[in-house]
Amino acid sequence: MENSSIEVHNLSVSYQNVPVLWDIDFTLPKGQIVGIIGPNGSGKSTLLKAIMGLIPLASGNVKVLNKNLSLVRDQLAYVPQRETVDWNFPASVEDVVLMGRYKKGNLFRRLTKIDKVIAQESIEKVKLEKYKGRQISQLSGGQQQRVFIARALAQGASIYIMDEPFVGVDMSTEKTILDLLIQMKEEGKTIIIVHHDIQTVSNYFDYIVMLNTRLIAHGPTNEVLTEENLQATYGGQLNIISKIQSIIKEKEFPLREKGFEDK
Amino acid sequence: MELNDFLTLLTAITIAVSCSLLGCFLVLRKTVMVGDAISHSVLPGIAIAYLLSSSFNSVFMLIGAAVFGVFTTLLIDFFHKKLKLQEDASIGITFTWLFAIGVIIITLFTNSNTDLDQDCVLFGELSSTFLDKIIIGDYLMGTRSFWMIFPVFLIILVFILFGYKGLSIISFNEDYAKSLGINVGFINLIFMSLVSVTTVMSFESVGAILVVGLLVIPPATAYLITDKLKRMLIISCFLAITSCIIGFYLSILIDVTASSMIIVVSGCLFLLTFGYINIKKTLIF
Amino acid sequence: MKDTIIYFFTDSVAFKVLIGITIISATSGIVGTFSFLRKKTLVGDAIAHSLFPGICLGFIFSGTKDPFYLMLGSLITGWLSVWLIDVLTAKSKLSSDTSIAFVSTFFFAIGAVLLSFISGSSNGNQSGLKDFLFGKAATMTNDDINVFVFLSLIIFLVVILFFKYFQLISFNKEFAKSIGIKVNLIEFLLSTITVLTVAIGIQSVGVVLTSALLIAPAATARYWTNNLPKMLFYSALIGVSSGVLGVFISSTKENMPTGPWIVFILFFFILLTLLFSSNKGWFSMVRKQRINRQKMAEENVLKVFYQLAELGVKNVTYSEFLNKRQMDTKELTNTIVSLIKKGFINNDFQLYKLSEKGEVEAARIVRFHRLWELYLTKRLNFKEDHIHGTAETIEHLITPEIEKELLKELKFPTADPHNKNIPY
Repeated sequence: MENSSIEVHNLSVSYQNVPVLWDIDFTLPKGQIVGIIGPNGSGKSTLLKAIMGLIPLASGNVKVLNKNLSLVRDQLAYVPQRETVDWNFPASVEDVVLMGRYKKGNLFRRLTKIDKVIAQESIEKVKLEKYKGRQISQLSGGQQQRVFIARALAQGASIYIMDEPFVGVDMSTEKTILDLLIQMKEEGKTIIIVHHDIQTVSNYFDYIVMLNTRLIAHGPTNEVLTEENLQATYGGQLNIISKIQSIIKEKEFPLREKGFEDK
Repeated sequence: MELNDFLTLLTAITIAVSCSLLGCFLVLRKTVMVGDAISHSVLPGIAIAYLLSSSFNSVFMLIGAAVFGVFTTLLIDFFHKKLKLQEDASIGITFTWLFAIGVIIITLFTNSNTDLDQDCVLFGELSSTFLDKIIIGDYLMGTRSFWMIFPVFLIILVFILFGYKGLSIISFNEDYAKSLGINVGFINLIFMSLVSVTTVMSFESVGAILVVGLLVIPPATAYLITDKLKRMLIISCFLAITSCIIGFYLSILIDVTASSMIIVVSGCLFLLTFGYINIKKTLIF
Repeated sequence: MKDTIIYFFTDSVAFKVLIGITIISATSGIVGTFSFLRKKTLVGDAIAHSLFPGICLGFIFSGTKDPFYLMLGSLITGWLSVWLIDVLTAKSKLSSDTSIAFVSTFFFAIGAVLLSFISGSSNGNQSGLKDFLFGKAATMTNDDINVFVFLSLIIFLVVILFFKYFQLISFNKEFAKSIGIKVNLIEFLLSTITVLTVAIGIQSVGVVLTSALLIAPAATARYWTNNLPKMLFYSALIGVSSGVLGVFISSTKENMPTGPWIVFILFFFILLTLLFSSNKGWFSMVRKQRINRQKMAEENVLKVFYQLAELGVKNVTYSEFLNKRQMDTKELTNTIVSLIKKGFINNDFQLYKLSEKGEVEAARIVRFHRLWELYLTKRLNFKEDHIHGTAETIEHLITPEIEKELLKELKFPTADPHNKNIPY
């Protein structure tokens, strides 16, 4: 598609031989705030990691801005879940945000003045300039989340991929983050967010992907956020599907056949 | 200061500082036990290299070390990821097995007169390293043990100075580093090889067990003291040097092995720091 | 070999060693099972290192190598190490592995200092202390054996009495807490028997290798069974077998160490188990994958035959087949040979044809494929151009039970989304 940020084709991922994502297929638009929603264990975070190329795929492929990931990696910024790191790590807010300027090419060189200016701007955008020198373990959950977002901003990418940025943050931070997201959208950035709170979905997102191991629906929020789709997403796995999943696990069956192509 | 004391201390300090620098990242990445495993698992490498060249001073030793060190991490990964054995057990099984092989090789193929005996494996012989001096012409160039560890120390220094950004981002958030396209596997490989080479080069002086103390204790203490990574590196080196000096003179004073005394001093410094921080905490709240 | 065995049962020293090792390995196997399930095996390693200063202290205070005093000293420092690891992990930002490594090297270094202090003093009685570092299986005395028997009986008794609690804590500590069990007390007991076990373990294999006695048998047994009492039994059995084998091997040559050989054999037990175990082993996985691949190949070939028959081609040549579906020629040959053997395909020189039996089988595969495609579009809202790939895999997985459900849910359909006939 001409105006797509991310295209996912026939994507399957399995973890210890259990299918976590199963034949996912969608295209996301540019310049919108996209929500990926689904219950716990529905493969939301796995989908993000698959898009970022952090885990091996069982099948399928991902295109970012119509290109292979390796060609446009610098257009993609990742905000991992806050709990995935140890916040006791000896670093200040500025140190962490500067990590957003690291890349393959400058890893063994010093950061430039420009890098520092960009980091400073990013810190200002998330309103943390007062805490610039503070040790990251002394921040509140919401502030830590903003540090991660600032780090992603410092990358200067056009697509932002965020894993549960609203978890464990206070109301005011949620507001700050949301305002920032809207501002980013107005600048033409694409933001893709894994989200679990159904209440706020219609307010936050222009476009949603509903996921429960398989793709339930995707499209503009007002079109796909229907009772029926919600039921399919959160109403538990279909009986037949879970039976097939357990057979796949037990028999070590591959998710996709290899080497057979129909003509 | 006596010349021999100076030479011994110089070796001890170079080893301790090398270990501290690497140890900081082991502590931050929570892979200390992998470091521990490597320090034990290089024993068969050392034993084989020793058999081939009948001395500690050889290229074989370095190659053997790097090979077995990397092999250890691969084996742990194989057990943990491929065979789905829990991680602590994977580590425990791997290093005990390799260590056992090392001991078997030593007892089978070496006679009782060699330098490579069981004492050396456990404690090292720091206090006798000064016996093996290198003299070129009329000039004393230092001891052989020093010249074994010194190049490794320089490599570590360069690696940390230039790879600082890579090491810190991988230690803090490996997935994020990958998402930036940083070659995480390559940096990890170099890092673990350096850990193996360092343990081997210091093996003769401090042994396989005490070297873990040098890898862990000063960095752990520094980690409690500061919340800045650069300071942590510097403080841990400083602590390592202090422990070496105090430990060395104490060991002469009460006539015990120097390498173990250095670890004891270093451990006491750790406990003092830990106690002080916790008392301060209870007083504040 | 026969001579060796006779030697062990006639020579009283050798027999003693065998008894001692058997007791040690059985106890370690049982206690290690709980450490393994609680994912605390490396604490066992720290305990082993920490006993060393205790042994030296026991010697310094008693002036003898009486196993009672050495055991007492080691119990104290062993306990101290467990406590210190807990305190450091709970009260500082250090991770548990750092705490474990700190405690084990720190205590070991204290032991080394004490040992060299003892060696320096003119007590001529100290020569045996070093044996604890590498184990001294070959020189066990009657006193040692008595202490082992006594302690292992206590340990067995504790395990039997508190089995239910240990089981619960190893499985789910939070739950145990919630139903009012004094978790701290039970953990204290578990740590105590672990310290005791390690204390008798280091006599045979020494400080560094004792943790292997705790970890390896339990890890191996875990792959043999899912049932805890059975796991305890297997773990003890594996421990004892390795112990006995280790003693035999090391006795074949002068000065051969027993401990390392035991560890060596333990490792082979676990490696063999991990590779060959019938359900979780690596080879069984590879075998399953091979069977899957063959099954898929056979079913795919049958399916192609069916599709060709639908187009009117009943007698199929290789090239006609390969025009319809790409496949490795060698694999195609193998698959067809196997299908002919099974009676699904008949051949007349180079023309191949489905047999009656084969037609039924092929229809089954095609039915599954088309049913699944229909299910995807009807129930999961898949678009028609995205269903074929998944159906290619799932057709091989559908069981008669799932088929029944599919048919019921789709109300016995006759055509798939591409308007092709669903054969029954």
